[in-house]
Amino acid sequence: MSSRSHEDAHRAIESVARESYGRLVAFLCARTRDVAGAEDALGEALVAALATWPREGTPNNPEGWLLTAARRRLIDRLRHERVEAENAPTLKLVIGNDRGDDDEESALGPVIPDERLKLLFVCAHPAIDLDMHTPLMLQAVLGLDAAAIARAFLVSPTTMGQRLVRAKTKIREAGIAFEVPEAHELAQRLDAVLNAIYAAYGSGWEDAAGSDPRARGLADEAIWLARVLRARLPDEPEVRGLLALMLYCEARRPARRDEDGRFVPLSEQDPRLWTAAMIDEAEHELADAAPKARPGRFQLEAAIQSVHAERARSGNTDWSAIAWFYERLVELSPAIGARVGRAAAVAEIEGPRAALALLDEIEEGSVQSYQPYWAVRAHLLKHLRRGPEADEAFDRAIGLAEDDAVRRFLLERRG
Amino acid sequence: MQYAMLIYEAAEDFARRKNDDDDPYIGAWRAYYKAMVASGSYAGGNPLHLPETGTTVRTKGGRRQIQDGPYADTKEQLAGFIVMELPSLDAALEWAARCPASVLGAVEVRPVALESRRRIER
Repeated sequence: MSSRSHEDAHRAIESVARESYGRLVAFLCARTRDVAGAEDALGEALVAALATWPREGTPNNPEGWLLTAARRRLIDRLRHERVEAENAPTLKLVIGNDRGDDDEESALGPVIPDERLKLLFVCAHPAIDLDMHTPLMLQAVLGLDAAAIARAFLVSPTTMGQRLVRAKTKIREAGIAFEVPEAHELAQRLDAVLNAIYAAYGSGWEDAAGSDPRARGLADEAIWLARVLRARLPDEPEVRGLLALMLYCEARRPARRDEDGRFVPLSEQDPRLWTAAMIDEAEHELADAAPKARPGRFQLEAAIQSVHAERARSGNTDWSAIAWFYERLVELSPAIGARVGRAAAVAEIEGPRAALALLDEIEEGSVQSYQPYWAVRAHLLKHLRRGPEADEAFDRAIGLAEDDAVRRFLLERRG
Repeated sequence: MQYAMLIYEAAEDFARRKNDDDDPYIGAWRAYYKAMVASGSYAGGNPLHLPETGTTVRTKGGRRQIQDGPYADTKEQLAGFIVMELPSLDAALEWAARCPASVLGAVEVRPVALESRRRIER
């Protein structure tokens, strides 16, 4: 075996694993509802590919090869399990989609039905613990291991592993349906899927410097999941809104730190450092969503980012447009994030006093640990020359910051 | 698959059992039962008498401990159960959401463990 063909085979496996992992897992478990079983079988098939492909060459249809190999393993396992009678229905489900031909590469032809959308809805099912929606998606659709997911969600790998196992057991034992929800339910169920994808993005966002490659990775994975979703649900404007929002934020990543690793706030970023291609794509997605005339949280948040992005062309920021979008966002759902964002926009138009009044309306209990509230508050109080109060707010904001660069930035501003 | 629906009623709903047949809550239950039977998913079940009529038994160290009252001391109490034959949890949750007791009380849906039953029957 030449090292060249060895390398080629490895590259082929890597690429098929990345492109096809979720598609194959989704297809393998859509009938049995056994996500863990499908993952194990596919994992073994990938190991078999590592052994076989370098020796015998990469098959013409690598995805089909992996599917056949994985399905064989699923069937073998079910046959070997002690209580055969009990598994008979599952066995039939697995064999049922085999057309009985033994040609590994042509089984099912070149196109494997894409069941990933169903799998996304299962992962974000209301019967599954909300905190597990994102981890389940990352594992089942993208193949991330529990340790990597655990790092992004700040829990121990063992704990994350146990929670994932529990969630997958529930999917199987409770018989959660592998289907796209019906129209009357779709909006609500889709929200959960979108939120889970956005949470994956958020977990990678803090680390703007990219010092943790794993966290960087999750931002890409979230965008990739949104693309999968958009391809399957092209008529849902919120899907495009979410994709646009993440692309706008991602486009600014290179500008969020200066050469010394210092945090640069949005208003002071150099627009020339923004990734123009991503902004163009985001604009496109948002424009495609608009004619549906079904605004939602993600479209509004993307619209706000779109106004910020406009500075790259016009050189200034239309704060009244931003305030208007925040107003709509607060009407839609008065989350603290939207209310703090609105106050920051109002500060630019009407001044710090009006903005502070808006912040004061937010009930104190909900802002105890919400860092952006204290950062905006500190900024406003400093402008109003209310020194001691500003210092106090700065301390809260600094104390609540997770990002060291943000901490240093606020310490400098506090003076 | 089979699903059990464990129905927990609030005290107000329990109290309505004494009302006439034209009470809207009783009417809602009648219609609910009828619709479930008509859909072909009803596989059995029954309402239970008031929680006060329950007696809880434990055997500790070979000794029988008997206690007056229901097992769980909760605001909503177990009021009945229905077993349904349905294709998925989602279909069972649809029925649970329609249950008249889900407004003031709560409904828990649990898959029936047929494999455990087979082991006992063997």
